[in-house]
Amino acid sequence: MEIRKDYFSDERNDDLHEIGHSRTRSDTPGHVTGKTAYFADRTFPGLLHLKMVRSPHHHANIRSIDVSEAEKHPGVVRVLTARDVPHNLYTILILIQVGPEDETVLADKKVSWKGEAVVAVLATSERAAQEGAAKVKVDYEVLPAVFDMEEALKPDAPLVNEHHPGNHYLYDSGDHRKVRFGDVEAGFAKADHILEQTYNSSPIEQAPLETTGCIVTPDGNDRFTCYTDTQAMFFTLDNASIILQMPGHKLHMVGGTVGGGFGGKVDVIVEPIAILAAKLTGRPVSFIYSREEEMQISSPRAAERIVIKDGVMNDGRLVARKVTGYTDAGAYSRHSPYGAQKGTAHYPGPYTIENVWIDTYCVYTNRTPSSAMRGFGVTIADFALEVQMDKLARLIGMDPLEFRFINAYRDGDMKAHRQPTEGAALIECMQEASRVADWPVADRFYEMSSRSREA
Amino acid sequence: MARVPVQFTLNGQDRAEFVESGVTLLHALRHTMGDTSPKAGCQQGTCGACTVIVDGELRLSCLTLAETCEGASIETAAGLANEGLLHPLQRAIVDGFAAQCGFCTPGMIMAAKTLLDHTPNPTRDDVVEAISGNICRCTGYEPIIQAVLTAAQSNSQKAG
Repeated sequence: MEIRKDYFSDERNDDLHEIGHSRTRSDTPGHVTGKTAYFADRTFPGLLHLKMVRSPHHHANIRSIDVSEAEKHPGVVRVLTARDVPHNLYTILILIQVGPEDETVLADKKVSWKGEAVVAVLATSERAAQEGAAKVKVDYEVLPAVFDMEEALKPDAPLVNEHHPGNHYLYDSGDHRKVRFGDVEAGFAKADHILEQTYNSSPIEQAPLETTGCIVTPDGNDRFTCYTDTQAMFFTLDNASIILQMPGHKLHMVGGTVGGGFGGKVDVIVEPIAILAAKLTGRPVSFIYSREEEMQISSPRAAERIVIKDGVMNDGRLVARKVTGYTDAGAYSRHSPYGAQKGTAHYPGPYTIENVWIDTYCVYTNRTPSSAMRGFGVTIADFALEVQMDKLARLIGMDPLEFRFINAYRDGDMKAHRQPTEGAALIECMQEASRVADWPVADRFYEMSSRSREA
Repeated sequence: MARVPVQFTLNGQDRAEFVESGVTLLHALRHTMGDTSPKAGCQQGTCGACTVIVDGELRLSCLTLAETCEGASIETAAGLANEGLLHPLQRAIVDGFAAQCGFCTPGMIMAAKTLLDHTPNPTRDDVVEAISGNICRCTGYEPIIQAVLTAAQSNSQKAG
């Protein structure tokens, strides 16, 4: 591998001596011999299995919950409902003041998505827990549900979550995040062409091979050890501490080995209820998602709808961009208000556009709560933006790579969200890509640099 | 639940244990025999993480009842290394960066071993076919295919 030091010669003085050399991963010998210990590879005597009773409806009021038959089922040790949870209202990012708390650990008044947790059943075997869960009777009053983001934002839409009036996240900037830069209408007025397109994406499941789960053991002394495959150890520790109203030093979280995550294990779902179960029964508790739960219950990447309107000149300059982005949080916030906000800054892409207007909404619907997945907030945006760039190039009859050279950001350019561009390397990447892919562009593009702008 | 005795050979060692009647081989291996190298990825026969070899044939241990393995010879990834010396498949995966999270790796190795045991000099298509029942969500298929071909080569060099 060749290191092109000429690109960043003024920034990196070290020898980068590891780059270009193959090094054995420290964990692979454990993987190939089956010795790597994943959380579920531990066995404890007296282990209880937790199975969740889940809502079969997208949206319903809970009239009553009857656990009496479940409690009598052979092997069932304990049944947990909302009143067993010390602080039964949380939201993961409350840790960084992104509130309000908007989600229960176990629902008691209302369910807002199909699969929402209502009752936890603990039994001496997985089978007994499943059979016990099937004997819990929940009486629901089914409510109208809303699944489309723009429908959810209409004034007469069913209210998905009482903590979010209007079915949108309330930012300090109002019902949406916004970026305003230049005069977008003036940009459209002078543009030779205008192209407006709508891009939609579906939720995407991370689908790790190892499903989400944890095993909790009571250590005595009112302390608990939680073996977990979380990707977010301190989110888990701190949220469990809030939900259980227990100081953090009573919770010993053990993780580190994750059988695939991709963002799907960043939420805090299984640990608090399993710790509570271990506390109330005094026995080790295992709560492991089935494959069906992993696919249906764990948060996927959010569905997005992105409306992009661009003004472009015949010479290839993008002169105006207006974007309205919608992020489908599903029924609860989890990480979606943050993901939607990331998109706001990202929609101009790695391009310098003098007139920009961006609105993004984080919308609540009666769908499975969405959350983190690899680059959430920007990955789908990039899909939409780059398809749009290709369409714009076609519209003005220009090579799509040359079109990107013309609009690429350079060091010193002010981005629409008022961050000056630093350390840009898009032009150099495209120059190299052009050579490697044998996709030639005009000579003047090979002479461009991210560090300066031609006269 | 009634408990029943099962006897089989696990990685060359005689084992005899009582298991709950009706449990899967995967459950028996992991929770009774202390071999956690087969993984429970789906427990419905679709992901391949639980793959083991029973009497020379590839089997999904999550769909195999422990009681049907009476008297059988069972191989798992935990038994492949010989006194600390990695099997050529294991070596090739380590050297070829063919594992990421590692959860599919033991099952993947057993699927590949079944192939090499029956077809010592496989084509690339043979390898793709052999591991087609094993999902790797870290999307590492290409280095895995290369590792299996590398292991086959090192085997045939030894034999030659």
